[in-house]
Amino acid sequence: MYVSLIPMQKTDLYFSPLAQILLFAVGGILFTSLALLTSRLIRPNRPNAQKLTSYESGETPQGLAWIQFNVRFYVLALVFLLFEVEIVFLFPWSTVFANTDLNNQTDGTWGWFAFAEMLVFIVVLAMGLAYVWKMGHLDWIKSQPQSSSYKSPVPARLYEDINKKFQDSTHPKV
Amino acid sequence: MKGLLDQQFENGGVIITKVDDLLNWSRLSSLFPMTFGLACCAIEFMSTGSTVYDMDRFGMVPRATPRQSDVMIVSGTVTFKMADRIKQLYEQMSEPRYVISMGSCSNCGGPYWQHGYHVVKGVDRIIPVDVYVPGCPPRPEALIGGILKLHEKIRSESRMKPTAIEQLMNKESQHV
Repeated sequence: MYVSLIPMQKTDLYFSPLAQILLFAVGGILFTSLALLTSRLIRPNRPNAQKLTSYESGETPQGLAWIQFNVRFYVLALVFLLFEVEIVFLFPWSTVFANTDLNNQTDGTWGWFAFAEMLVFIVVLAMGLAYVWKMGHLDWIKSQPQSSSYKSPVPARLYEDINKKFQDSTHPKV
Repeated sequence: MKGLLDQQFENGGVIITKVDDLLNWSRLSSLFPMTFGLACCAIEFMSTGSTVYDMDRFGMVPRATPRQSDVMIVSGTVTFKMADRIKQLYEQMSEPRYVISMGSCSNCGGPYWQHGYHVVKGVDRIIPVDVYVPGCPPRPEALIGGILKLHEKIRSESRMKPTAIEQLMNKESQHV
C-alpha cells in the first residue's frame, strides 16, 4: 500500500494540506528531540565556570557584547578601502605598464593605452576622495554644527498647553 | 547524571568492548585540532596541514573554537602570560579532550629552561598532556608521529573498569 498526496484518486489515503503540514511539524519535532535526547543521554557533562563563559580566544570576557562603535568608523573604513583597492590594482598594472616587448610590438601605443586606463581608474577613485574631503569625513574633529536661523511658525505656547492639560493625568501626585 | 558513555562498567563484556571499538575508532578518526599556535612550532603545525603532509587524511580539520575541537596541539613557547589563556581554552574544550605538547618549549621549557623567567617549564604543569613530541621545532613528520601515538592511546581506551589492582589484591589475600 502506498500513500499518495494527490487528492484526485479517491481510493487512496488522502491528507489535507494542513494535515501534511502537521505531519512535517510532528516529524521534525520528533527527529530533533530524539537526537537531542540521545546526545543528552550519552555525552559527558562536566560544566564549570570557565566552560560556560563565552569564547573570546582564551580571554576573560569584559562587559557586554553590545558595545556601540562610533558610526564614523564606517566612513573611515570605506575611505581606507578606496586607497587599498587602488594600491592592489596599481601593483599588477605596474608590471605590465613598462613591458618592452608589448611596447615594441605596438610602437609605444601600449604604454599610453595602459597609462590612460589607469588614469581613468584613479580619477574615478579621486572623485570619491574629493567628495569625502569636501564632506569633511577626513577630519576626526568636526566643526561645531551651525544652528539654523529658521523660526517655526508654531508657537511654543501650544506645547505648553498640552503639557499643562495632561500634567495631572500622566504624572499623578503620590 | 553521568552520560552513558562517560561511565565505567563492571560487567557487560562483549557489548562494552564492541562499543569501545566503535567509539575509539570514531574518536581517533576525526580528531579536530584547535586552530592555535604559539611560536615557530606553529609554522610546522601549519605545514602539517598543508598539501605536502596533508593532515586532513587523519580526519583532522582545524576548528576555530574549543567547543568543536578534540585535541589541543600546544605548539610553541608557553609564557606565563599565555598560560592563563591556555588553561581557559583547555577548560572550554568539551570532553573527551586530548593535548599534544609539541616541541621542546612546551615539553619542558626548552632553551628557556635556565634563563627564561617568563616561560612555563612544561605545559604539563598547567594542563594534562597525552603525547609529547620532541624537537625544536619538530618536523611535520614528528608531529604526525605524535598524532599516531595519540591514535594508539585512544584505541586502547575502554569503558570497562580496570581490574588489575583488584586481581592483585585478591592474589595477596589468598597468600596471606
